[in-house]
Amino acid sequence: MSALSIVAAVLQVVVVLVGAPFVVGGMRQVRARLEGRAGGGVGQPWRDLRKQLRKQQVTPRGTTLVFAVAPAIAAGTTLLIAAILPIFALGSPLDSVADLFGVVGLLFLGTVALTLAGLDTGTAFGGMGSSREITIAALVEPTILLAVFALSIPGQSANLSAIVSATLDNPGQVFSLGSVLAFVALVIVIIAETGRLPVDNPSTHLELTMIHEAMVLEYAGPKLALVEWASGMRLTVLLALLANLFLPWGIAGADPSLLAVLIGVVAIAVKVSVLAGLLAAGEVFIAKLRYFRVPELLSGSFLLALLAVTASYFLATPTR
Amino acid sequence: MSLATYTGVLDLTAGAFLLAAVLIVWRRELRSIVHLLAWQGVALAAIPLTEGLYEGNPGPVIVGLVVLVLRAGVLPVLLLRAVGTADAERRESTPLVNTTSSLLITAALTMLAYAVTRPIIALDQAAATRAVPAAFAVILIALFVMVSRRRALSQAVGFLMLDNGITATAFLITGGVPLIVELGASMDVLFAVFVLGLLTGHMRRAFGGTDLDQLRELRD
Repeated sequence: MSALSIVAAVLQVVVVLVGAPFVVGGMRQVRARLEGRAGGGVGQPWRDLRKQLRKQQVTPRGTTLVFAVAPAIAAGTTLLIAAILPIFALGSPLDSVADLFGVVGLLFLGTVALTLAGLDTGTAFGGMGSSREITIAALVEPTILLAVFALSIPGQSANLSAIVSATLDNPGQVFSLGSVLAFVALVIVIIAETGRLPVDNPSTHLELTMIHEAMVLEYAGPKLALVEWASGMRLTVLLALLANLFLPWGIAGADPSLLAVLIGVVAIAVKVSVLAGLLAAGEVFIAKLRYFRVPELLSGSFLLALLAVTASYFLATPTR
Repeated sequence: MSLATYTGVLDLTAGAFLLAAVLIVWRRELRSIVHLLAWQGVALAAIPLTEGLYEGNPGPVIVGLVVLVLRAGVLPVLLLRAVGTADAERRESTPLVNTTSSLLITAALTMLAYAVTRPIIALDQAAATRAVPAAFAVILIALFVMVSRRRALSQAVGFLMLDNGITATAFLITGGVPLIVELGASMDVLFAVFVLGLLTGHMRRAFGGTDLDQLRELRD
């Protein structure tokens, strides 16, 4: 492990911290332009964060420690994921600590922390939002695990760097059936997990339709800033994971030079911006799905993930 | 065509074939179901075409072209003409099994197909034989569609899907069906669709709808 790969891992965390609000802002801006509005600009989420961080700390009466630490857990797990994932360079120092299953577990730890915080407030909206969020999370989890399983078959390992370097060595497998099905299943799951349309509308505060927003309704000031920052980082990290699992080109090797790391930074910035732009542009054309039809969409993505596993396991060319 | 390309194309085709069946279970809109059936026909025709091109044998290529014209062209057009223009007729009415359960049942059927075809795969490890479970899964899914849908047209789609699955299994196991057998089977299916189309038209004129559940009891 060279010093530079440690530098790359630290850089990953810093870039995700700084870049996440810009990704959110970029998506809002694309959406605004396509809807014929001027939009607040790419830097607007950063200005919002700055404003909220300066506000006074207010805690609802009767809430406990669960409510106080949930934003920190959500942000902390996301930052840990950002350090583990091969975003700029393969072979991060934490790479051997957690495989793809571990990353999924960390992701759900953040979700569960916010859900418990929603219940802790004791308000009607908090409970309703938590109940909806946990329902969706419970339906998402089997799909993520199956899709991960399908992706780890070609690389013969669930280790993230192993999967990414297997794709780099053998680019043809990106277009195999199992990989394409796993991609579609993962896209649906990421949309559901980050609360984007058509599962949840991130910009709504209408009481009947909000899911994530209902759960964090009681947060204000610096804590709200942390919650929003964490959800932006989670979106960025998941998009980067998607980009590197299926289009890993440009990522620096296990023992990188400074130039390779810089190329990796530029490559992932381009990939995430393109993915985020496509996601935002797609959202303009679709409406939010009725909450009772969300299980339909998620069971569909579960089936796609299952087909991905069967395709990559049963149809795979016999190695002999 | 090299062996790797042949295997890749065959796997992709078998996967698309199965995927079309799954999407038919997912969708409710009758028109899009028929369009998906046409895509499934394309995937079906690609199986003998690939085999023929790989082996340099004109027989399967001709069979593939016949299948392409019939299953991806003629049959969907006939079915589309049978889809009613009234709004109530465009969608499948409330199904007997809801979509979520249907999709989970489809997943179970796919696993079942892989389980029961293991002895066949054990006989021969060729790429075509390894794709048999996908074709077999389509047969099981088609049977499920036939028993769980209410509209006459979706049941006809289920019937055609069943036939697609059987044909695909035959192509994959035997490595090509004689032209005369394929022509006979295709004529059979064509006539079945003619009869179904006529029946659907008559039903609509006589009863104003094609919901088969309403035809189970006698009334004035």
